[in-house]
Amino acid sequence: MNVGPAQTVARRQTALRMTGISKRFGPVQALCDVTFGARAGSVHALVGENGAGKSTLMKILAGVYQPDAGTIEIHGRSHTLANPAEAIEAGVSMIYQELDLAEHLTVAENIFLGAEPRGRLPFTVSHHQMTAQTRQLAERYHFDIRPDAKVEDLPTGDCQIVEILKALRRNASIIVMDEPTSSLSERETVRLFEVVRQLRQQGLAIVYISHRLEEVAALADEVSVLRDGRLVHSEPVRQLDVPRIVHHMVGRELTDFFPQRNATVGDVLFEVNGLSSEAGVCDVGFAIHRGEIVGMAGLVGARRTEVARAIFGVDPKTAGRVTLDGRELNVTSPAEAIACGIALLTEDRKRTGLCLQLPCSWNITLPNLAQIGMQRLIRPAQEHRIAAEAGARMAVRWAGPEAPTDSLSGGNQQKLLVARWLLANSTFMIFDEPTRGIDVGAKAEVYGLLNRLAEQGKAILFISSELPELFGIADRILVMRRGRLVGNLTTKETTPEQVMHLAAVEEN
Amino acid sequence: MSKVVRQLLPFATLAILVAALSALEPDTFLTTENFLNVLSRSSVNGIIAMGMTAVIISGGIDLSVGSMLALAGMVGAGVLLKVGGPAAGAWACFLGTMVGIGTGLLCGLLNGTLITKLKLPPFIVTLGTMSAFRGASYIINNSKMFDVPMYTFLGQSTLLGVPVSVLILAIVVLFGFFVLRYTPLGRYTYAIGSNRQAAFHAGVNVDRNLIAIYSMMGAFVGLAAMIQTSRTISAQPTAGISLELDIIAAVVIGGASLAGGRGTVVGTIVGTLLISFLRNGCTLLGISTNIQLVVIGAIIIGAVALDQIARSRADTP
Repeated sequence: MNVGPAQTVARRQTALRMTGISKRFGPVQALCDVTFGARAGSVHALVGENGAGKSTLMKILAGVYQPDAGTIEIHGRSHTLANPAEAIEAGVSMIYQELDLAEHLTVAENIFLGAEPRGRLPFTVSHHQMTAQTRQLAERYHFDIRPDAKVEDLPTGDCQIVEILKALRRNASIIVMDEPTSSLSERETVRLFEVVRQLRQQGLAIVYISHRLEEVAALADEVSVLRDGRLVHSEPVRQLDVPRIVHHMVGRELTDFFPQRNATVGDVLFEVNGLSSEAGVCDVGFAIHRGEIVGMAGLVGARRTEVARAIFGVDPKTAGRVTLDGRELNVTSPAEAIACGIALLTEDRKRTGLCLQLPCSWNITLPNLAQIGMQRLIRPAQEHRIAAEAGARMAVRWAGPEAPTDSLSGGNQQKLLVARWLLANSTFMIFDEPTRGIDVGAKAEVYGLLNRLAEQGKAILFISSELPELFGIADRILVMRRGRLVGNLTTKETTPEQVMHLAAVEEN
Repeated sequence: MSKVVRQLLPFATLAILVAALSALEPDTFLTTENFLNVLSRSSVNGIIAMGMTAVIISGGIDLSVGSMLALAGMVGAGVLLKVGGPAAGAWACFLGTMVGIGTGLLCGLLNGTLITKLKLPPFIVTLGTMSAFRGASYIINNSKMFDVPMYTFLGQSTLLGVPVSVLILAIVVLFGFFVLRYTPLGRYTYAIGSNRQAAFHAGVNVDRNLIAIYSMMGAFVGLAAMIQTSRTISAQPTAGISLELDIIAAVVIGGASLAGGRGTVVGTIVGTLLISFLRNGCTLLGISTNIQLVVIGAIIIGAVALDQIARSRADTP
């Protein structure tokens, strides 16, 4: 493409400047004095661990959150961005991980949603114009997409193109893409890169959020690292030094609230070989001994939760052997898994964990009625007592076991779930992000608990996105990337940098 | 409005209604005879509403209960006549009753199986079976009814001065209360309705429990169908048209949530009685049935509206 002098100038200009942005959610300082910018005609990658504050920063830019402090300038003009509509008006478009398209509508209808060209008669829409304008837009950016295709029939990669076209139709000059490749195939990823380069060529400023450093190297002009809500590092990608970036992503002191590990590691209790599932788990195999805590690391899209779901009988297995205590299991439902002595503390307590309307005690005993001898008849008084004890063991703060579960704070709901699975007394326990969204004190309690469970001779799989806690508590660390197990490391003999490298960098 | 007030609302409404009618019509309303009459008329709806309570708590709905009532009655009465003839004895009556209940059970089993195994919404499945069961009940005797003049025990006799139908209603209410409160099936019903995914992840066999709930619903409808048959000493293929709406209304007035996870047996029976006393009162006061329909409609909306207001206040302290 022929780049004229006007565009050359445009490419150098600063499109976006966010200065001194801070944001606090209750006790959590999500962002602290972050200064971040993007130039027209360039791709700026934003990297960082889960929970580093990337999404918060971008939601501020999209007008979803209001910063506590800081200013936003777009093309040299100061903006307050009180709501998403104002952000769109200012030329900012977000493309989220979960695309928000109306599935039953066509590509053109989605692109013009809310701004349909009027037809000749009042209260009508001109489909003809909509289709024609969509085709024009697609041609201008060399996108190959049919305006009249239904979005539900499109592969994920094309849906992203539709989102991008929607942004372009709104005259976006800044496009933010949040983990755009996490659900794409290799081929679609390559195509998306082409599209992003095309947009850069046309003078747009792209903010590209990703965990995958090889993508950053391939695509970005500049990279910035967020860690614990602070912008800790920025550099041009020309001189990209992957180990340095990894160091900045992780670089945190391991705090000392982890318990002393005293559990004696016994024989193999749980073993899985060649596990594959319909949800994208591919040939995963590992073993866990009695008294051992095995961590599982990985970034978004690594399919760690899917491994747990396949073991627990939620997702159908397509291949693989699971043995527990020498016995081969063929688990096809959570009920069977629980009966075999497996527990799964799910990552999403609202969706797959708790029945929020019901009393706390009911949630504690739900999978445990057989365990407490109530598989035929529930004795409420005794149930109340058992639930009260189970709750007390986890120091759940509640008005009592009969309190509705949604009256508890998030951290206490998490403790309630832990109390539930402690009562189940399983031999193999999977904890999927058990410390997410709970405060530091409660985290320390969870670590102490994992340690005590290991000391009792249980085998524990501990899935976490926070490397410090994996290094603080796990004996070994499994690393997942795109559905495959890419590392099985002894914690003492590895470093956070090595784990992050395995999780984030694609080997060729 | 506190949670307690919210739960007491149906009771309070019922109490006010009964008190008002007692004051207005002390001679006709406030008599044992009238009360037993109202209860007896409530028995069919009350029994079905017990099953519907469980179905609605599980997050489902059963629109087919009216048609199922007709079908179970027709099959039960048909078998009764086939076995016992026009002068059927106690044995034939018993057999007919069991067949009626069994027919309902099978209908419910069909609903539950279609809902779980084909993963279809309960609304759609029971909308379909509502039509199918109705059609089947017409087919059985060529759109004609069965006369069963000897079949009087369930609907017309009394035991120690209390109508048998009222005793059966009491037993079913106790049974429903017991199931929902003291059995894993009941507990799982609440869990499935509150959060189906969470229940599944906690090891609840969702499909099996739902099938059990719809089957229980069917058996209750079968029992109610035989009481209805006995009350009118005939089984009619037109029985129970639009009955499902009355039943759902009673359950909802009783505080159950159509979104699932919430509802009680006691609330439902209060809701059922509220509608029955309202009808009775209107009749005694000489208010036309047309106006009754309007009043009942207003009560349904009013009850749910009050409940919603109370809940939104409770959510934002």
